[in-house]
Amino acid sequence: MIQFLLNQRLISTNKAASTTLLDFIRYEENLRGTKIGCREGDCGACTVLIGSLKAGKVEYISATSCLTPLANAQGKHIVTVEGTNLPDTLNQAQQAMVDCSGTQCGFCTPGFVNSMSGFALTCEDATVEKAISAIDGNICRCTGYKSIERAAVKLTEKLETKDQKNPLEWLVAHAFIPEYFLQIPDRLAQIQTAYATTGAVAVGGGTDLYVQKHDQLHEMDLDYLFDKKELNGITFSGNTCILKSSVTVTELMENETLLQAIPNWYHYLKLLSSTPIRNIATIAGNIANGSPIGDFTIILLAMKAQLILTNKTNNSRQVALKDFYLGYKTFDKKTDEIISQIEFEVPNHGTRFHFEKVCKRQYLDIASVNSAATIATNGNTITEARLSMGGVGPIPKYLAETAQFLVGKELNTATVKEAETILQTELSPISDARGTEAYKRLLGRQLFLAHFLTLFPETFTMEDLI
Amino acid sequence: MINIDAHNHVKGKSIYLDDIREIQGTLYAVPFDATVAHAKIKKWDVEKALHHKGIVAILTAKDVPGLNQIGGIIPDEPLFAEDEVHFRGQVIALIVGKSEHDCRMAAKLIQVDYEELPVIVDPREVQALGKLIIPPRSFKLGNTAEAWAQCDHIIEGRSDVNGQEHLYIETQGAYARPKEDGSLIISSSTQGPTAVQRMVAQVLNIPMHKVEIDTVRLGGGFGGKEDQATPWAVMVALAAQQLQKPVKMAMHRMDDMRMTGKRHPYSADFKIGLTKDLKIVAYEVTHYQNAGAAADLSPAVMERTLFHSTNSYFIPNVMATAYSCKTNLPPNTAFRGFGGPQGKFAIEAAIVKAAETLGVSPAEIQKANLVKEGDELSYGQILTLVEATNAWETCMTKYDYAGQKKRVETFNMKNTRFKKGLAIQPICFGISFTNTMMNHARALVHIYHDGSVVVSTGAVEMGQGVNTKMLQIVVETFGIKADKVRIESTNTLRVANTSPTAASAGADLNGKALQMACHALLERLKAVAQKEYTDQIIELKEEWVYANEIKTEMTWKDLILRAFTQRVALSENAHYATPTIHYDKTKEKGHPFAYHVYGTSIHEVTVDCLKGTYEVDSVNIVHDFGKSMNPTIDNGQIEGGLVQGIGWMTLEEIIYNEQGRLVSNALSTYKVPDIYSVPKVINIKHLETEGHELAIKKSKAVGEPPLMYGIGTYFAIRDAVKAFNPKANLAVNAPYTPEKVLMDLYQKS
Repeated sequence: MIQFLLNQRLISTNKAASTTLLDFIRYEENLRGTKIGCREGDCGACTVLIGSLKAGKVEYISATSCLTPLANAQGKHIVTVEGTNLPDTLNQAQQAMVDCSGTQCGFCTPGFVNSMSGFALTCEDATVEKAISAIDGNICRCTGYKSIERAAVKLTEKLETKDQKNPLEWLVAHAFIPEYFLQIPDRLAQIQTAYATTGAVAVGGGTDLYVQKHDQLHEMDLDYLFDKKELNGITFSGNTCILKSSVTVTELMENETLLQAIPNWYHYLKLLSSTPIRNIATIAGNIANGSPIGDFTIILLAMKAQLILTNKTNNSRQVALKDFYLGYKTFDKKTDEIISQIEFEVPNHGTRFHFEKVCKRQYLDIASVNSAATIATNGNTITEARLSMGGVGPIPKYLAETAQFLVGKELNTATVKEAETILQTELSPISDARGTEAYKRLLGRQLFLAHFLTLFPETFTMEDLI
Repeated sequence: MINIDAHNHVKGKSIYLDDIREIQGTLYAVPFDATVAHAKIKKWDVEKALHHKGIVAILTAKDVPGLNQIGGIIPDEPLFAEDEVHFRGQVIALIVGKSEHDCRMAAKLIQVDYEELPVIVDPREVQALGKLIIPPRSFKLGNTAEAWAQCDHIIEGRSDVNGQEHLYIETQGAYARPKEDGSLIISSSTQGPTAVQRMVAQVLNIPMHKVEIDTVRLGGGFGGKEDQATPWAVMVALAAQQLQKPVKMAMHRMDDMRMTGKRHPYSADFKIGLTKDLKIVAYEVTHYQNAGAAADLSPAVMERTLFHSTNSYFIPNVMATAYSCKTNLPPNTAFRGFGGPQGKFAIEAAIVKAAETLGVSPAEIQKANLVKEGDELSYGQILTLVEATNAWETCMTKYDYAGQKKRVETFNMKNTRFKKGLAIQPICFGISFTNTMMNHARALVHIYHDGSVVVSTGAVEMGQGVNTKMLQIVVETFGIKADKVRIESTNTLRVANTSPTAASAGADLNGKALQMACHALLERLKAVAQKEYTDQIIELKEEWVYANEIKTEMTWKDLILRAFTQRVALSENAHYATPTIHYDKTKEKGHPFAYHVYGTSIHEVTVDCLKGTYEVDSVNIVHDFGKSMNPTIDNGQIEGGLVQGIGWMTLEEIIYNEQGRLVSNALSTYKVPDIYSVPKVINIKHLETEGHELAIKKSKAVGEPPLMYGIGTYFAIRDAVKAFNPKANLAVNAPYTPEKVLMDLYQKS
C-alpha cells in the first residue's frame, strides 16, 4: 500500500506503484486542475509540488507528475493546484497571474501557478531571476510569456519581506498558501516513509524511463530507487566528490562545495532540462540512459568519473565512465547491477573546467552537440586535458586522442588548430532531428574552440581561432 | 476588463474536454493509424487486438452507416482509410475499450500488410507531376510582362518557409454520449461546432437535428481545431452510436502530432522589378503550397496567400499564382494567419534580396512602397482608412529607429563574436472570411425574470478572450454588472449554422449579432420603463433605470420583473451578416475584406557568431487596434501572436523524412518558445486611429495580424549574419534555426 498526503487528504491506495502520479491525481482522485500536455516532462502542465519531511521540516520541490511513479509519492505531501486554493480569495501566485493577465486559454496555467507557489514556498531572498527560473519548465503557447514575466516580478515583490525563520506561518498569514500546510510536518511524520520494492527494472525519478516506455511500465514491477536512503547523499573525500545514485541534478546544482569550486557551475547545470525535471532527475539515470547526448554524462566524462556498480547480492565493482559505454545504448553493466555510486574529480586550483551546449532552444532542449573540457596548465604548457563531446557518435564521447595530443603542448593558436584536426577524426556524427552531420562537425569545432576562448581569454581571440 | 475566465483558470477550476466528469460505463477510444505514407492495404488482422483485455470493438470504414467522408471543402478525405493510405498517421480504425491503456496495448497487436507506393513530400515535385488539390489560381493587376521594361532593377529568387505545429497545449479530443431516439451529444474541443455537427450527421447517417455539439472552451486552437477537431469527434460519435455507450477520446500528444496537419510549408519563386528610386513596379510570384494528402482547408489557405502576396505594399503590376500541391503528408490546415504569413514572407524575401543586390537597406524599399489611401490591391479592393504610413512613421519616431540603427552599427564595428541585426516588419492584413458566405453569426440572449442574463453565440473561447468581449457588450448595453451575465458554452442547439471561430473575425461577427440582440431587448425594456416615466428619456446605468438623466426608484431587477409580468419577450435571437463585402472568383476581383489591420514592428537581435545561437533583444511595435475595446486582452494577443510568429521563424522546425515520417514528433524534438527564448523587450504602442465601423465597437480584429510581425525576426537574424559574413550568398529558408545560422556564418562564398 502506498500512503501519502494529497493536498489535505491522506491517501492510502493499492493502485499499482508504477501508475503515474498524474493519472492517479486526475482519474482516481478527479482533481482535474492538473493537466496533461505531453506526458514527457516537456510542457509542465502537470506540475505538482512534492513535499518531503527532512529534519522535522517539509521541503518542497516542483515536479512533473506525468513522469513520477506513484511509489515516489510514498510518505510525501503532494500538492496540486486545488491544494493551493484559499477558501475565499486567490492565493498570491494566482492573484499575480490574474492581475498581469498571465493566462489566456488557461490550460498551462495551473502548472505555472503551481511552480510559482513552489517558488514562494522554497525561496530564500527572492529575485526575479529565480522566480523566472522556477517556471522555466512551463510552456505557454498563448501569451508569449511577457505577461507571465510581469506576474513573476509582482510575486517576487510580494515575497520581499518573507520571514525565513517561520516561513510557513508567514506564507499562510500573507495568503500564499492555505492554512492546512502548517499541520503537514506533523501529519507526514505519522506516515511510514519507506516503500519496499524489489522489481527487476530500476527506476529513479522516472524522467527517462517514463518517457521511453510509458505504456510498458504500467504493468511492470519496478525497483524504486529514488527515496532509498543508502542511494542518497553527496560527500567529498579530498578532491573527489562522491554521489550516491539517486542524487538529483538540483541537489548537485545547489551544492555549496561545487558552487565554490567550479565557476559557472549553476549556469552549466541550468542548461540541463528544466527545474521540475532537475528536481527529480537523478545523475545515475542520466548515465544509465546512455544517450550519446546526455548532458551530465558529458560533464562527468571530463571530470574523470568512476562508477560503482552493485548487484542484487550487494557485490560491487568499479568502472571508469569513459569505459562504461560499449556502443549505442549498450553498457558494461549486467542486468542485475545498478549504478550505486559515482565519483568524480572536482577541478582544483589551476584546473579549469568548462561546459558548452548548443540546441535549437537554449533551455529545456536536447543538445545538438555538447562538450566539456578540463584543462590544467603550468605556465604556458598544458599539463592536463580531459575532453568530452556528445551528439557526435553512438556514445557520449571521451575525446581521448585530442586530449592526449594537448598534454605537454604549448597553449597557443597552433596547438588548438592542430588539435582540432585530431578532434575531427574522433567524431562520427549522423544526420538526425538535431542537425546534419556537417552541422554537428562544424558545431563540434566551434564548441571545442569555445572552451579555449572561454577558459583562456587572455591567450586567445576569436579572430585567431576561427 | 481582465479575462472573465482568469479566476477559474488560476484555480484549476476551468473545465476542458478531458475534465468533463465521465459518466458510468464510458469507453475510451484510440485511433489506429498507418505506418507508411503511401500504400495499398493488402490485408490486415485485428483478431489478436480484439481479444486483448478490455477491448470492446474495433471500428473501420465498414462500420460507417453513412458516408465515410469528412472533407470540408472537397470530399476527398475518408474518415477511415479503406484500400489505400496516403500519409503516415492516416487513421484506419478506431480501437474502443474499457481504458485508454487497454486500447493502446491492443493497437500494438494489429497487423497490417502494405504494398508500398511511391512517396512524395516535396510540393514542387508533385506540382511538376500535376498532382494538385485544385486547379491553380492567379491574381493579376496591371501587366507585369510589359512592366519589366520600366524597371531599372530586376531581381529573381526563391524563398522557402516551413510549416508549424499548432501545439495547443490541450490535445485534440471529444466525448460522445448517446441520447434517446438515436440522437447524441458530443463535447468537442473544436473551433467549428457546426462543422463537427455536419460531419457527424453525414457519417452516422442521421439528420443534423439529432446531433448536439457542445464546446465550453479550448486549451488553445490557433486554427488547428478549425477543421481538424472534426475527425476525432466523428469517430467517438460513431462508436457511441454503434455501441450505445458514452465514448471518449483525449489524444496522446505524439498521436496528435503525427496524425494532424500543420501550417502549410510553402516554396516560392519570385521576380521583382524596381525603379532607381526604389519604387516597386512589378512583382511576380509563384507559390507552391504543400497541402498534404487531402484538401482540408488548403484551397482557402491558398487563396489568402494570394490575397496577401503584396503585404503592405502597393505594386501596380502584380502576377501572383499559387499551386496547392498534393503530397503524402497529413493534410495541412488552418494556422493563425491562414496562408497570409507565407504570402508576406515571399514578398519580404524579394525585397531583402533586392535591397542586398542594390546595396540599400530593405527598410528604404519597404517605406517607399507602403500602401496609401485609394490604392488598389491585386484582387481589386480599393483601400480606405489606410494606416500603413502612419504606423511606420510613428514606429520610427516613437522608438528612435535612427538612433537604434547607429547603435547597432557601432556595436558591430566593435565586436567580432557578437553581431546585431535589425529589420522592420510592416503588416497589412484583411479581416473577414475570404469566403464571403461565411461572414455571418448569431447570438441568443435570455434575460431571466430574476434579472440574470445568459448569452450564447457562435464564438468559441480558446484564450483569445472573445467571451470577455461578449460580456462587455452585454454589460455596457444593459448597464448591469458583470456578475449578472453568464456567457454559455457554444452549442449547436442554441446557436445553429455557425461559421468556425476563425479568421480573427469571432468577436466582430458574434459581437455584432450580440449587439443587435441586446439592442432589441433594450428597446423593449425602455418601452416598459417609459410606461412609468412617460415622455422621458430612459437609460439603464449601474443596474438602475434613469429617466431624463435622473436616477429613478426602479432597479434593473424591478424593470425585468415588470417586463415579465407584462408578458414582454425577454429573449432575443439576432443574426448579423457583414455588409459591403463581395468577391467574384471567376474574375478574381472584388471587395473581400471588411477592413484591413495595419502595424509596424522593429526587430533587433544579437547573434553569437561562434556558436550560431541568437537572442531577440527587442521588438518594438506600433499597432492599429482602432479603438481597442479591451487593451489588456488585445495587448496579450499582440505579444502572444508575435512570439508564435517568432517561433515559426526561428526554433520551430517540422521535419518529415523522405518516407513521410514525422521526425520532430514530440515536444522533445519540436521546440516552441519557452520563457527564455522570447524577446527580452516587447513594446506595444497603440496607433491612435478612428477604427472601423465594421469592427466591433470600432475595435479591430487582433487574433492573426500580430503573428506576421514575427517575420521581422527572421530578417533581423539574416542582417546580423550578413554583418559577420558579408560575402555569403544566403538562401531565404525559414525557420532560421541555430543550425542554419551557423552554416551561413561559416559559409564560404
